[in-house]
Amino acid sequence: MNSLRNLIAVLLLGSVLAIASPARADDAPDPFLGLASESFDEVASAIAGLAVSGNPQAAATIQALQDETLFVGPAGDDAPPILIKTDAGFIDARTNKPVADVNEDDLVPVKVNNAVRRAIEAAKGGLDLFAADPALRTKAAEQLFVSHDAAAVPLLARALEKESNPAARTVMLQAQAAALLAAGSGSDAERIAAIALLRARGDVESKSLLQSLHETSKPVADAAAAAISSLQRIEQLWSVLQSVFYGLSLGSVLLLAASGLAITFGVMGVINMAHGEMVMLGAYTTFVVQQVIRAYAPGLFDASLFFAIPLAFLVSGVVGILIERCLIRFLYGRPLETLLATWGLSLVLQQAVRSSFGSSNREVGTPSWMSGADVIGGLTITYNRLYIIVFAAIVIAALMGVMRGTSLGLRMRAVTQNRRMAAAMGIRTPWIDALTFGLGSGVAGMAGVALSQIDNVSPNLGQGYIIDSFMVVVFGGVGNLWGTVVSALTLGIVNKFLEPIAGAVLGKIVVLIALILFIQRKPRGMFPLKGRAVEQ
Amino acid sequence: MNRFSTNLCIALILGGAAAMALLNLATAPEFGLHVPTYAVSLVGKYLCYAILALALDLVWGYAGILSLGHAAFFAIGGYAMGMYLMRQIGTRGVYGNAILPDFMVFLNYKELPWYWHGFDNPLFALSMALIVPALIALVFGYLAFRSRVSGVYLSIITQALTYALLLAFFRNDMGFGGNNGLTDFKDMFGLRLQDDNTRVGLLLASAIMLVLCLLVARYVVTSRFGRVLIAVRDTEARTRFLGYRPESYKLFVFVLSAIMAGIGGALYVPQVGIINPGEFSPANSIEAVIWVAVGGRGTLVGAILGAILVNAGKTYFTGAFPEIWLFALGFLFILVTLLLPKGVLGLLQSKRQAKPGESKP
Repeated sequence: MNSLRNLIAVLLLGSVLAIASPARADDAPDPFLGLASESFDEVASAIAGLAVSGNPQAAATIQALQDETLFVGPAGDDAPPILIKTDAGFIDARTNKPVADVNEDDLVPVKVNNAVRRAIEAAKGGLDLFAADPALRTKAAEQLFVSHDAAAVPLLARALEKESNPAARTVMLQAQAAALLAAGSGSDAERIAAIALLRARGDVESKSLLQSLHETSKPVADAAAAAISSLQRIEQLWSVLQSVFYGLSLGSVLLLAASGLAITFGVMGVINMAHGEMVMLGAYTTFVVQQVIRAYAPGLFDASLFFAIPLAFLVSGVVGILIERCLIRFLYGRPLETLLATWGLSLVLQQAVRSSFGSSNREVGTPSWMSGADVIGGLTITYNRLYIIVFAAIVIAALMGVMRGTSLGLRMRAVTQNRRMAAAMGIRTPWIDALTFGLGSGVAGMAGVALSQIDNVSPNLGQGYIIDSFMVVVFGGVGNLWGTVVSALTLGIVNKFLEPIAGAVLGKIVVLIALILFIQRKPRGMFPLKGRAVEQ
Repeated sequence: MNRFSTNLCIALILGGAAAMALLNLATAPEFGLHVPTYAVSLVGKYLCYAILALALDLVWGYAGILSLGHAAFFAIGGYAMGMYLMRQIGTRGVYGNAILPDFMVFLNYKELPWYWHGFDNPLFALSMALIVPALIALVFGYLAFRSRVSGVYLSIITQALTYALLLAFFRNDMGFGGNNGLTDFKDMFGLRLQDDNTRVGLLLASAIMLVLCLLVARYVVTSRFGRVLIAVRDTEARTRFLGYRPESYKLFVFVLSAIMAGIGGALYVPQVGIINPGEFSPANSIEAVIWVAVGGRGTLVGAILGAILVNAGKTYFTGAFPEIWLFALGFLFILVTLLLPKGVLGLLQSKRQAKPGESKP
């Protein structure tokens, strides 16, 4: 098979030389002539010659040959006519003009065998190298690079002579280098230069081509080995970066889910097992907003999330305030009872949503600006994950701003630090409790908007996050927002680095067990609060 | 009062189970009071749940450890029994492999994993149903109590423990049947599982084990040891300063409780005919907590009462009004914690005390 390919390469090379050598004068030889030959080899070399000739009829003729609608007329004084059979009659392949009064009995079809078919395929791939559009030329060169077929070498040489677009030129040179290496031809110096080109290109195909080489000459083999190890290092670096990105993305999802809990559990000390349901309510708010927009203002669909975020904050926040006023305030100081009552509440909320929206997943659309991905080097960045990272950062920044910079935040901190003193200073502590709980729940609702973009919106949405959220808050240190940030991002990245080693589920189990052990060592998390507040 | 109600409870459990056995086996289906076999298994299932509730009450009611992962011990006991029952299927499986259970043939196992060896022996399987939960509780409890993780933190890590086990048992590579778990059991101790006699036998076994667990639990909590335990529950720091080691007391009762839960699970599996990773789900453990809370925490008898009441209610509601069940369960959690902190038994007790004590202010 390989020797056959080499044979074709030599033949093609010969044919190109044959065309190229007799000074490129006006009376250039007829590129169509060889098609009339009886010999398959000559037909094949004629196809290759036609492909590089830049003749406007080349593409149509080669296509006709593949469709087996190409015929040769009887030879007269001139060269034999080459005709394409169409539904409307015969066309002259050279001029693309219809030919009248042709006797079909005089015509001989151009016969095709496997070697000719291969030549046709190679020629068709190469034809685009001469297209007017540089993007098309680049694409064709890219395809030739991937196939690194030695037969393409002359085509590329021809194309490079004319190429002026730098991008297309680079790819063509790379394709030429790949073909040269794959064919095993060229001097040592040429091959080392080719390896350098592939190393500079640095993608997966370059690496696998380099790995498939069996070099006999020592300097070439060394160059190839050095190139492979350099490419492998680069690849590892990219895969580490990719894992970091996935980890950041998972971490920001955890952070969003846990940020509300960092307020209700971390700051207030309330065990709210219905926290996941606040997230779920936010996701369903997004669904409702999108339904309304679809029905009344389809043009605004891309902006639907911007309506959903404040609404979700309000819906979950108001529900949170109601929960605090009607349930949790009776249970302060009884954490285990709070846990049970809020668990019951989460069942009620789930069933309420299931009864009104159905138990199946609800489809929440993704705005156009959030779908798609960018590739930077070896790094794939999907937009929805990128925006969730950004959103998590904004939410946390806003939350810290509220806690530190507003009078509400000041009161909240005062009440959690010393309730009686705060009351003595005239702060209405019950009202602050309700607002704090509402703030935490509202943040959970906003998280639900983000999670609706990457998870199934179903009544069980929140349950999947509750254990993770508690783990994040406890790991980071209760009452410490920065601790929550560090803990969420750490857990996300560790999870993603464990995944390729241990598999997704086992990785998660390992992280959970590590967390359980960690809590044994440091029951107050990575960044415990110091001072009197701890004593309670 | 406590002694009286415990004895009454024992009499009711044994008497009820014996009456059901008699009415199932000795009467014809046409007879008005005949108890159908499905009811026998249903009550047997409730009694297994009652064992779990009793185990939970022992740690929560008397040591103040709210374990949100107790169903994990129950499920592990169940898996140990399930492995024995799997091995008993033998060549009657779909693939007819004498050694490997069906799911292993399906997953291309060449030989039995090492941890499945010995489970063809019923005594070995039964002892594993006790030993494995005990070992897990020992390791987990030793680490947790030694570093003084308590209260809500302990609850959350017990929940994480059962969640980790849930994820682990869902994996096919674990060799426990993955998602589908273990099922299609044929017989145990040489008796066909479908026979009425076997079913009745399992009900009686469950009743007797429940009574035994109740007696052991009562012995523990009324002993000197139990008094220290209650002191640990109420003020752990003060007990420590008096010279006791609270972590040892807690660890002992935690392991004992895990063993009881394992017994419950082992009796549960042959009666329901399946064990799958769903039993590990954190929701199951929390549901068990509400049984205890409904009946009355720290009363032992109340836990049994609560388990039977709530599960009977569940059977009724999920059949008659499936939509309402979760609402009912959810509101039960809320109402019991808000209005009935001592459970049904506490309510009865306070009524009884209120009558003679009307002179009290």
